[in-house]
Order: sequence, then structure tokens, then C-alpha cells
Amino acid sequence: MERVRDLASKKAIVMFTKSSCCMCHSIKSLFYELGASPAVHELDKESRGKEMEWALRGMGCNPSVPAVFIGGQLVGSATDVLSSHVDGTLKQRLIDANAIWF
Amino acid sequence: MEDNSPRTDSSTDADTEDKMSNQLQGIGASDGSDKSRDQKTLRRLAQNREAARKSRLRKKAYVQQLESSRMKLTQLEQELQRARQQGIFISSSGDQSQSIGGNGALAFDVEYARWLEEHNKRINELRGAVNSHAGDGELRIIVDGVVSQHDDIFRIKGDAAKADVFHILSGMWKTPAERCFLWLGGFRSSELLKLLINQLEPLTEQQLLAINNLQQSSQQAEDALSQGMEALQQSLAETLAGSLAPTGSSGNVANYMGQMAMAMGKLGTLEGFIRQADNLRQQTLQQMHRILTTRQSARALLAISDYFSRLRALSSLWLARPRE
Repeated sequence: MERVRDLASKKAIVMFTKSSCCMCHSIKSLFYELGASPAVHELDKESRGKEMEWALRGMGCNPSVPAVFIGGQLVGSATDVLSSHVDGTLKQRLIDANAIWF
Repeated sequence: MEDNSPRTDSSTDADTEDKMSNQLQGIGASDGSDKSRDQKTLRRLAQNREAARKSRLRKKAYVQQLESSRMKLTQLEQELQRARQQGIFISSSGDQSQSIGGNGALAFDVEYARWLEEHNKRINELRGAVNSHAGDGELRIIVDGVVSQHDDIFRIKGDAAKADVFHILSGMWKTPAERCFLWLGGFRSSELLKLLINQLEPLTEQQLLAINNLQQSSQQAEDALSQGMEALQQSLAETLAGSLAPTGSSGNVANYMGQMAMAMGKLGTLEGFIRQADNLRQQTLQQMHRILTTRQSARALLAISDYFSRLRALSSLWLARPRE
């Protein structure tokens, strides 16, 4: 839990993924398209990956990946990210977190 | 001036002209060079009237033809729907369809056909309300009804995708022309918005900006999902290719099984992509309704429905086309 929160606060956009997860690839693509560079942590490559996955589930992430944090705050899974992009709130959050400029 | 010529399109101009001059000779003014000029003018006017009348008759006949073709088309459409519900194989020779694809697929096809019928009823109700200049309150109720009925089909699709993701992905539950535009088991919201923007005028500056932003956002989201799908395809291909090992080595069977298991896992994620795609469609439509006024929403829903109706009509025409 701590490790997740700790990592999540280090950069403007933090994503927890798994190397085999293609939906994670989609969300990553979206951020790149918007001109942002998310910090990506692959849980299957992390030493405490299982713990972290468990912590993410505990925070309500289902599925556990992709899990996106902006400005240290949990945005959610792919559904949450795409929905907030459509209603315009994603961009504002990114700007507020200084992840993008416009 | 009374027109005594028979009301048929086959009367020639010569006949008419003769009749006209006969009538003209019965009228009026006694003498002078004016008489012939008057006569010419009157004759010309009479001919114009006659031409206009014939033109109106032709137009009426043409419109009647169109109406009956339209009814025929609707009938054909309905027949196709009914036949498809019964799982009858309907396609042209080049169309490799498989309408009997297991319980899940057929059940969904039936549900979808039922939903479509209900949807068309609501759309007609909406059209009636718009055309009769109903008040905003009444319009709102009908619009909300259409929107929530839309939500129904997304839910039904979601369940169907769990049961048979490949059926939804194949688009076989849609008509051929709709399948041209298939993206992740449905339509592209970004394309739909592009088509709508012209139909939605007049929009305020703010609305125009918001709709354009929405169009851009939905397109970006679609592209992101497409990228993920490509990654999935590539990963699946690599996994399967990886199991092509030379015969004779002992670890092969375990390898093969392992890689099949991995491939199975990847196929399992397809349903997630369909779910995200449908969610995107739903969210985009909802956001659109937030931006538009009730009346504009009503017109948008009518325009969308008409567009898909035409696609389906095109499919009917295509399937019924004469072939060697």
C-alpha cells in the first residue's frame, strides 16, 4: 500500500501495468497522444508486485491494471480514464498536475 | 380561362395548342393589330399554364413512385430481419456469414432485432413530437426514453460479449453495409459526430467548441483502443509462432501447452476491449446530450437513426440486387 502511494506521488502521471496487458498499452498510448509521459511500473517486473496488486485491488481497482494516478490521486482503471477523457475532466486534471500544458 | 383538354400526360403540345386557339377565337376584342398580339400573348400564357400543370402531374407521379418504393424497401427490410431471426442463411455469394453461430449468438440476434423494432417505434414517436412542435417538457421525456433504451442495448451487448465475444466482434448481427464501418464490434462515435455537426446547426460558439472537443476526444480514445488491439494481435501471433518448435525435442509438448494457455489468456482480454469500446460509445452520446439543448438532442437522435436506417436499407438493396 505504502509503496503504491509512494510511487504514485513521485510523478505527475503514474501508471501501474503488467507487461502482458494490452489495455495498459491502450491507456499508455492515450497519454502519449495527449503529450504526456506517464511513469510506468510493471507489476510483474516489480519485486513486491503481488503486494502492490493486492493494494490496488484494495483501493477499488478492478481489474487491478491499468491503474492510473494523476497528481498523486487515483483516477482509476481504463474505463475511468476513457470516460473522464470524453467528458473533458481528464485534460483538466493533467493540466492541474502540470503533466501537460494545453 | 377554362381548361377543357383531357387530364392526361399523353396530350401533345400541338393538340393543346389547337384547343387553346379554338377557345381564344371565341374571346373578345373586335379588331386591330393588337388583336393578334393579344392572341399570341394569351396563347403563350395558356401554354405556360399547361406546361406547369403537366409538370405538377409528373412530379406527383414520381413522388408516388418513390413512396411505394420506400414501402417496398421497408417490407424487404422487415422480411430480412424476420428471416435472420429464424437463423436462415441470407447472404450474397461473396459474403461469408454464419448466422447460426451457437445459442449465444442466435439469442443475441433475436434480442437485437426486438430492440431495433422498439427503437424504431420510439424514434417515430420522437419524430412526431418534433414535427408537431411539441414543448420542451414533452420532448425531454421522449428523448430520455430513447437514450435509456440505448443504454439497454449496450447492456445486452455486454452480456452477449461475455458469452460469445467473436460473434459481437464479427458484426454478423449487423447488416452488410453497417459492417463496412465496423470498429470493435460497433460504430465509431467520432465519425458519427463528424456527420452530425452539420445537421445540428444552429449551435452556439460554445456548443460548437464543445462538440469539436468531444469529437477529438472520442477519436483519441478510439485510436488508443485500436493501438491496444494491435498490440494484442501481435502478442497473440508471437505467442502462437513461438510454439512452432522443431519436432523431436522433449520439452515441446509442455511448451506447446504453455503457449496455448497464454494464447487463451490473451483471447480472454478481447471482451475487455469490446466493453471499453461500448463504454466509449455510451459516454460520447451522453456527453453529446449534455452539450445540446433538448430540441437539438431530439434532432440529433433522429439524424443518427435515419443514418443507420439508410445503411440498413442499402444493405437490403444490396442483398436483393439482380445477379447473373
